[in-house]
Amino acid sequence: MASGLDPSGRLNAYFLNAGTSSFTDFLSAVAPDLLPGRRPLPPGQVDVPHATTIVALTFADGVVMAGDRRATMGNLIASRDIEKVHPADPYSLVGIAGTAGVGKELIRLFQVELEHYEKIEGTMLSLEGKANRLATMIRNNLGAALQGLAVIPIYAGYDLDAPDPAKAGRIFSFDITGGVYEETDFDGVGSGSLFAKAALKRLHRPGLSRDEAVRVAIEALYDAADEDTATGGPDVVRRIYPIVMTATAAGTERVSDEEAATVAASIVESRRRP
Amino acid sequence: MAMQFYTSPEQIMRDRSEYARKGVSRGRGVVVLTCADGVLFVAENPSTALHKVSEIYDRIGFAAVGRYNEYENLRAAGVRMADLRGYSYARRDVTARALANAYSATLGAIFQEQTKPFEVELCVAEVAPNPVNDELYRLTYDGSIADEKGFVAMGGQAEGIANVLKAEHSTDMALADALALGVKALGSVGGEGGAPRQLPATALEVALLDRRRTGRTFRRITGNALTALLPAPAGGSAETPESKPAEGKASE
Repeated sequence: MASGLDPSGRLNAYFLNAGTSSFTDFLSAVAPDLLPGRRPLPPGQVDVPHATTIVALTFADGVVMAGDRRATMGNLIASRDIEKVHPADPYSLVGIAGTAGVGKELIRLFQVELEHYEKIEGTMLSLEGKANRLATMIRNNLGAALQGLAVIPIYAGYDLDAPDPAKAGRIFSFDITGGVYEETDFDGVGSGSLFAKAALKRLHRPGLSRDEAVRVAIEALYDAADEDTATGGPDVVRRIYPIVMTATAAGTERVSDEEAATVAASIVESRRRP
Repeated sequence: MAMQFYTSPEQIMRDRSEYARKGVSRGRGVVVLTCADGVLFVAENPSTALHKVSEIYDRIGFAAVGRYNEYENLRAAGVRMADLRGYSYARRDVTARALANAYSATLGAIFQEQTKPFEVELCVAEVAPNPVNDELYRLTYDGSIADEKGFVAMGGQAEGIANVLKAEHSTDMALADALALGVKALGSVGGEGGAPRQLPATALEVALLDRRRTGRTFRRITGNALTALLPAPAGGSAETPESKPAEGKASE
């Protein structure tokens, strides 16, 4: 029997009188061991895979988020095709840099948190509300973070309630203590983010088309991979390309591998020494 | 000295059953039926804010009649159980059967232990890739659970509603036909002198577990989507409702 479920099979008082629409709060009452950051950790550091460089930028119809595919463990490549960018809900995207395992768990928990709220309440949280929930999860992970299991997300989405549709694409960044900051135009997270942001500064302008925005995102990741060993560039041998997703009024969409491959090939060609 | 009256346990249970049954039969009807497009829920519900039909999980829906605060409480508990199970294991591992069993145990416990039973009747439904494998579970106030085939009718005069469904339902009906049947069945009871009622779109709450969707299949059918799907209003007047105000204006 999974933790939290009553051996008698009944929906016990925790389920009937939870008094909250938050899945995380419900879990902390009913099954705290399922929450990351609540487990007692032994002292000392552990060798765990880290994942890096995710960028997000606004464009005419919303936001684009893109992440590379590499996870490293010290100098070794732990994974070549890890997926770091996921839809958080039908109108927003989340990406996590840092410890890969904890990051995946937090993304999964965040997705359920948002869906749970929507089902219980009958309406979606506001975009800032969602960003705040994510910040709370990061804050709860602070203990583990200080022991080397740090995760930092980046969150971006299409704000259905934005008064100006041209500014409906919004980006939020976070720090390790759970602080949440709204960013303008673009942002990046991860070990290669400084290089990615330098590229974005030159490539981004307001009101890009979708295709332009996708290219800018892939190019920024290319520049990050060029300087940071922990960030993977496009792998033409295995045909593994960055995960690129968009969030617009029509919902979230993943850019196909074929399109990512074409854009990456064009970027490589433009950089090729004559 | 005060007189102490003895009531047999059978009497107590019978009184409780009577009380709960009365509470449920006071409510307006809900029908759940399988069709080619998925599992359709049609409820007679004039409120747009208070729902009788809700989503529980990817392929699982919930419908109830009776006392609102009680079934709303059970609905939320069901969502919590489904999300907990899906998070602990995987999304595919959440089943309507497990949920219905949990509801059965909970309602049974409430019926026996609490002073007042829940005046509710629930239906938990799961849509499958094929209509023959759709699951419909009916749960009553005392925790009795039944695995129904094809359709479930609940609420005031449920037998009358069920008779209309039984006569005309088939699992491979088109969505529009299934909706028309559900509305007809709900309208067949509750009229003055047994006359059938025409239920307009504003009196209905309609939702579908859409067989063709992946992920979350539950969607509400409201507004223009609902009026487009409902049969045109029958009766003497052949005019559409929109033409009437225009005529009224022209004649002024």
